[in-house]
Amino acid sequence: MKANAWMGTDSVKVIDVPDPTIMNARDAIVRISTTAICGSDLHLYHGYIPAMRKGDILGHEFMGEVVEVGPQVRNLKPGDRVVVPFPIACGHCSSCQRGLYSVCENSNPNAGIAEKIMGHSPAGIFGYSHLLGGYAGGQAEYARVPFADVGPLKVPDDIPDDQAVMLADVFPTGYMGAEMCDIKPGQVIAVWGAGPVGLLAAASAQILGAERVIVIDRFPYRLRLAEEHVGAETINYEHADVLDTLNEMTAGRGPDACIDAVGLEGHHGNAAMYAYDRAKQATRTETERPFALREAILACRSGGVVSVVGAYGGFVDKFPMGAFMNRSLIMRTGQCHVQRYTRPLLERIQRGEIDPSFIVSHRMPLRDAPKGYKIFQKKQDDCTKVLLTV
Amino acid sequence: MDRVDNVLLPELDGPVPTALPRTLGLLSLALGVGALVAPGPLARLAGVDDSPAAGAAIPAVGARELVHAVGLLSGRRPAAWTWTMVAGDALDLTLLGRAMADRRGERRRRLTLATAAVAGIAALDVAAAIAVGRARRARARVIRMEIAVTVNRSPTEAYRFWRNMENLPRFMAHLESVHADDLRRSHWTARGPAGHRVEWDAEIIDDQPNKSITWRSLPGTRVPNAGRVAFVPAPGDRGTEVRVQLRYAPPAGALGRVVAKLFGEEPEQQVRDDLRRFKQVLETGEVVRSEGSPNGISVRQQAMQRPAQPLPASRR
Repeated sequence: MKANAWMGTDSVKVIDVPDPTIMNARDAIVRISTTAICGSDLHLYHGYIPAMRKGDILGHEFMGEVVEVGPQVRNLKPGDRVVVPFPIACGHCSSCQRGLYSVCENSNPNAGIAEKIMGHSPAGIFGYSHLLGGYAGGQAEYARVPFADVGPLKVPDDIPDDQAVMLADVFPTGYMGAEMCDIKPGQVIAVWGAGPVGLLAAASAQILGAERVIVIDRFPYRLRLAEEHVGAETINYEHADVLDTLNEMTAGRGPDACIDAVGLEGHHGNAAMYAYDRAKQATRTETERPFALREAILACRSGGVVSVVGAYGGFVDKFPMGAFMNRSLIMRTGQCHVQRYTRPLLERIQRGEIDPSFIVSHRMPLRDAPKGYKIFQKKQDDCTKVLLTV
Repeated sequence: MDRVDNVLLPELDGPVPTALPRTLGLLSLALGVGALVAPGPLARLAGVDDSPAAGAAIPAVGARELVHAVGLLSGRRPAAWTWTMVAGDALDLTLLGRAMADRRGERRRRLTLATAAVAGIAALDVAAAIAVGRARRARARVIRMEIAVTVNRSPTEAYRFWRNMENLPRFMAHLESVHADDLRRSHWTARGPAGHRVEWDAEIIDDQPNKSITWRSLPGTRVPNAGRVAFVPAPGDRGTEVRVQLRYAPPAGALGRVVAKLFGEEPEQQVRDDLRRFKQVLETGEVVRSEGSPNGISVRQQAMQRPAQPLPASRR
């Protein structure tokens, strides 16, 4: 089959690989119809995530048709149309049973190395480095889906791929980012990053009853999406001081909760600030550029929540612990426990409360994946989200 | 050496020669007392009763022997004490040699007999010192591990799975098979590098249903090993804390190197992986596999991951 593989920093290639087969009794094989490039795939593309190998198949947002199931999979049958959550979760460990699917205790066969870096191992993730399991990803014609009796959600025929594939990652991730803010009536929520996750976090904050939602980014076309599709107010950090503006907008209180939907490759309006962390990252004395996180902590109302759904991989410098501690802030974070959200969010889509596909800017065939990565990386052609069709 | 080793690996008690050093200690005691109480008759017996120096030398030797006797009979640091004995023997033989140089006749005959007796004791002392040293090194090679994992299953379920020893190769990577001969005894086969196999018989020496199992290899095994697993309810209704203690004593030489490779450079990490697989098998039904790690968890394999893409037909 054809699959999009990581070939080194800034390099992906569609290559021929063997078709996947059932390896565990709870596996299913899915023939992929639509898959997406995620912002976190760019972290891999840029070489910021360790333990990648040449030839690793990328992709953790995908959906398609079940073509084969292992002997222990009784809830699915060939022909079912499913969307697959990006974290691989067994459903039977203590973490899964508490709904913490992205920290499944069994799904990372390479837990040993992950423990050395993170203390304990999180779940395995499709196509997301050997640190997180060494699983082949879904930017391919077929994928093997472990624990198919737990993860995949059957999608009704009247929900198009564009909407359903959002349930693999970005919509649940954005939703969880908003949910973690514990939004009360009258609250103001600020979101750093107007990529797919940030936009869907902003939309989810609206759904969950925020009084006002403020989105911060530097690309006018993305801020326009936030205004037009989410009804959010926006700040372009290249043209305004974010902390001053937020204080002004909230009459000095600061947002009640701040969502970091940027993660480890942030940018900063101040060239010197950016250069400092960029240089440390390039020399690997820091793995992240945590501008959004620092700013979110400083901006947040005392006693408020900082909700982190942007992806981080290693270590952060100049963490404003003084502000965080002295102002009674709360941080909530995590890779999304997608399995917990797929069904309720599908129902919101069915009820017409939201159409998450408003973020899609590009559709192209799988064979053009390298072009898709390039456009997304450079933010060319007003790129927000690239779907690959198979 | 903690007490657990003595319970789990009685084989290691065997080579520690406590009997010989004790006997030598008693001999030293007799000699020392004799030399202090009756130096005159001892000097006549050795044929040095004509020497003015013997009157001082013999009680001194006796005092030294008493010190040796106390050391050896105390049972502490037998290796050091046996080698001290050997040094004392060398000194005695030197003195006897000197005495022999200027004596003739009956005295020379007695000196020869005394020298032969001391040489015999010296040989015993050397043998004891070597044996004690070897046993100490064997004990130093014993690898001990205590590793635990929390499994979201009841102690009963975890115990039952482990108690069927034939299940062990399902999560212990280095094992090829375990065949249960009966409820207590089993035959184990471990897979080594380059087709080497290590086999042994083991027996369950303590079985507390739903609580713990203790087993050890039978005496005579080339790689003495033993283990104990306890199943303790985890606090907060979170299943079972599975706590494993393992001991094995790799031999020196070629077999030792095979055993070392079997367990890799980080034996603890391997056992940790074994327990992770145990958890996977109990919680999910089998060992979890990915394209990069098609054989499941293995620290050794992590260094040589395949790319994360489906296996070619030849590797399925």
